[in-house]
Amino acid sequence: MSDKKNSFMSWLDRRLPVTENLERHLTKHPVPKKVNFFYIFGALLMVVFMVQVVTGIWLMMFYTNTEEGAFASVEYIMRDVDYGWLMRYMHSTGASAFFLLMYFHMFRGLLYGSYQKPKELVWLFGCFLLFLLMAEGFLGYVLPWGQMSYWAANVILSLFGAIPFIGPDLQVWIQGDYVLSGITLSRFFALHVVVVPLLMIALVVFHIFALHEVGAGNPEGVDIEKHRDEKGMPLDGAPFHPYKTFSALPAIGIFFIVFFAIVFFAPTGGGYFIEKPNFEEADFLKTPEHIAPVWYYAPFYSILRAVTFGIPFLGITSKFLGFIIFAASIAILFVVPWLDRSNVQSIRYKGIYSKVAMVLFAASFVTLGYLGTKPVNELRTLIAQICTVFYFAPFILMPIYTKYEKTKEVPERL
Amino acid sequence: MSEKVDPKRRKALLITSGVMGAVTVAGFAVPFLSAWNPSEKAKAMGASVKFDLTKLDAGAMAVVEWRRTPIFIVHQTEQAKQNLPKLNEKMVDPALEEGLLRSSNDKFSVLKGVCTHLSCAPKYYPEIEPKAWDQEWLGGFFCPCHGSKFDLAGRVYKGVPAPVNLEVPPHTFEGDTLIIGDAV
Repeated sequence: MSDKKNSFMSWLDRRLPVTENLERHLTKHPVPKKVNFFYIFGALLMVVFMVQVVTGIWLMMFYTNTEEGAFASVEYIMRDVDYGWLMRYMHSTGASAFFLLMYFHMFRGLLYGSYQKPKELVWLFGCFLLFLLMAEGFLGYVLPWGQMSYWAANVILSLFGAIPFIGPDLQVWIQGDYVLSGITLSRFFALHVVVVPLLMIALVVFHIFALHEVGAGNPEGVDIEKHRDEKGMPLDGAPFHPYKTFSALPAIGIFFIVFFAIVFFAPTGGGYFIEKPNFEEADFLKTPEHIAPVWYYAPFYSILRAVTFGIPFLGITSKFLGFIIFAASIAILFVVPWLDRSNVQSIRYKGIYSKVAMVLFAASFVTLGYLGTKPVNELRTLIAQICTVFYFAPFILMPIYTKYEKTKEVPERL
Repeated sequence: MSEKVDPKRRKALLITSGVMGAVTVAGFAVPFLSAWNPSEKAKAMGASVKFDLTKLDAGAMAVVEWRRTPIFIVHQTEQAKQNLPKLNEKMVDPALEEGLLRSSNDKFSVLKGVCTHLSCAPKYYPEIEPKAWDQEWLGGFFCPCHGSKFDLAGRVYKGVPAPVNLEVPPHTFEGDTLIIGDAV
């Protein structure tokens, strides 16, 4: 029996490097023995991505991408298609889960220096994935063609219109019309279901190949490659499969318990996952009382709104400056590998300034997120402005404080 | 055939084929990017709208739809023109640089009929008489949704929810014809 199997595998391996790649990426790929809770989010992100792809394909079978038909087709999915409600709520809850996991995954990276040499590319691909996810979420939110779909998209598209000189033409080009209309809807559909997901899949592949080239990190920032046994396996490492695959299973189970609890019992998340005005069809002539982004964009939306001043002598309006700062809040993540001058990776061995910076960053991100879902008033704008400063300061000052702060010595072994 | 590689020739060929390739890609990008422009149908739907001003008596208002937006055309009376400067004090932004009627004409005002608060439709009240919302009403627009007040030139009163004046759409006057939208 085993002979037969081996002969089949050798036949296959001669034609397709199956065994070689399974060993390289799974059964012999060393990962650090000791990691913590923060290291599960990558696996969960893969799971959620698959949930989104599968439910998305099924939704696409019933959805209509026209101005006249979109809203009704979503209602059709909800009421008439068997388990259509499940597909839709899994997809909408999956979007929220995707962002939540992404934020934790990236915060792990910031805490434990997962972007440091030689992992810059892993981090860069990840930042591109965040950007694509944000685009994907935005495009997808327009598709149900509800009131919030329509008016939130209007707010975002008008940002492009605020760019000096080319803005108005650019906005018309993106919309394909002088107002946000069905023409815009159908191109957003194409981008949402084909273009962005394809790019995301490609980047996930790059992200993982780059990761497997440089090796996964750990909360101690210890280089496990230094000490190996006689077979070349790192002493502080274990093969990815079965050690990591099986230890991820309970986490995936717990994740799905929470995920389906939301899908079954609170699919709209109290108006935070699917906003109430989105159960009304888009109306060109009626703006909702309060236009708020879904929670996962709220921190960035807060930053956008916090900019209440322009640079008049350069012809920069407050709206355009807001757009620049908003874009910068994502762009600055891309350069973190080159801002950190520390000689240690992990926050555990970095100095007090790094620790304070991370606390400030996390606190301001959460506060901005809360403010982004609320209507503006003077006090909230002031708080958002302060938090915007604290969002950027940890990155802008990073080259200084990481270079001069006192770090602790990193142990040799995990 | 010679085994020897001529690096100069190879480099020249690489550069040539690279540039040709780039030109090809750029050339083929044109139709794909152009496809995103407003289609002929969208252009026709969004085309400028003509309006015959002789139909409109002094003090009357007409509503025309342009790009899915109601456009208000107001034929101002002499009395209204005299009253407008008196309201400057009560306005958030008197918009003096835009001219008395906020248009390039001295008889007509052209405004987007969308409240700048939450996009309700403001109503036209040209009468000069005390109103429930203003005892010294000199004519203008009142938004029934949340009580925003605008004067006859679309300028917003202080202390109402709407933050800015009613928008003025792009428009030109050609004799007795008003063209709303880009001039053709």
